[in-house]
Amino acid sequence: MSDVRNVVIVGSGPAGYTAAIYAARAQLDPIIYEGSVTAGGALMNTTEVENFPGFTDGVMGPDLMDSMRKQAKRFGAELITDDIVEMDLSGDIKVLKDGSGNTVKAKSVILATGSAYREIGLVNEKRLSGHGVSWCATCDGFFFRGQTIAVVGGGDSAVEEATFLTRFAEKVVLIHRRDSLRASKIMADRAKANPKIEFMWNTEVIDVLGADKVEALKLRNTVDGTESERAFTGLFVAIGHIPRSELIIGQIDLDNEGYVICEGRSTRTNLKGVFACGDLVDHTYRQAITAAGSGCAAALDAEKFLAH
Amino acid sequence: MATSKVTTATFDAEVLKSSTPVLVDFWAEWCGPCRAVGPILEEISDEYGSKIKIVKLNTDEESAIAIKYGITSIPSMYVFVNGEVVTQIVGAKPKPALLKDLASFLA
Repeated sequence: MSDVRNVVIVGSGPAGYTAAIYAARAQLDPIIYEGSVTAGGALMNTTEVENFPGFTDGVMGPDLMDSMRKQAKRFGAELITDDIVEMDLSGDIKVLKDGSGNTVKAKSVILATGSAYREIGLVNEKRLSGHGVSWCATCDGFFFRGQTIAVVGGGDSAVEEATFLTRFAEKVVLIHRRDSLRASKIMADRAKANPKIEFMWNTEVIDVLGADKVEALKLRNTVDGTESERAFTGLFVAIGHIPRSELIIGQIDLDNEGYVICEGRSTRTNLKGVFACGDLVDHTYRQAITAAGSGCAAALDAEKFLAH
Repeated sequence: MATSKVTTATFDAEVLKSSTPVLVDFWAEWCGPCRAVGPILEEISDEYGSKIKIVKLNTDEESAIAIKYGITSIPSMYVFVNGEVVTQIVGAKPKPALLKDLASFLA
């Protein structure tokens, strides 16, 4: 397609879809690249979302995203289930290439590529990925029925995964390098009350042991440095996320952790006509509702930019 | 050629004794990334069906096979040649990345 679009949205979590809803309602005729395997974003791998306002009894993450997607479509957003693999954002006309080799040009771009799972960074973690090491409790919990497994992390996602995994596992040990959880109190309390969950505080995973599959973890106490081994058949890694900014490194100002830097309270990046929202910019909150809010702001900022 | 379903009963004939390489997609209904990669595998099967046979094994219904091959993450896509696993792909990937992983079978 050779015509120049008003706005291209890259990414499709709550931020991307909300930007699409607002941009479509502003009659900017947006096109949104949802991602070929990441469409819907991080919430696609969650179960019940209890804190998204408006859903009295909670809502399943994938259902919430499906609703947002349909809402964007209803107002005329063009949804493309493909990835953007290259971007040139420097000129007045932005040029983006998708995974099928098509080029799309636009006057403005909204980046909503979200974040990816953070890895511990161990050689054996990678080697045994798919053989006991997992990043997705909802996908893989089923395979650990009746087993003793470890979850690493101390935030909401670690606690949610640990709680979810007790449906299958005999025992879930939550390994956290500090002595208290960062997770919200309601989730932490729920985990602490769960008889299948054991907490290992002040502990970090320093190696994953096993020839063909996970057999044990090598652990280190973060207070006194003592090392130990403990048998586990599974390791779920939930130590946070890293912003998916690899395609824009060198083009857009990022902070030292890779998050896009926006001007003040806006979604404007250092490049004219390029806006960023959602987990890609958010160090702090990383909630579905804050991502949706910033996606809305990005669409409004883009609309204002296009009007000038 | 569309992908086909494989079961414990047909695994031997369809996969282990196949004369062409076979990609077995270990998947389940409740797995989001499995559903995301499903249509991509259909496309690859349509385009390269003469080079590689793509079959889907539902790990809920056919857990014995999943356990036998030590599957602990889905989607897992294992390529079998002459009854042996020669390539293991774990996790949903975009089509270009899958084609790269499968390049030696598609040439």
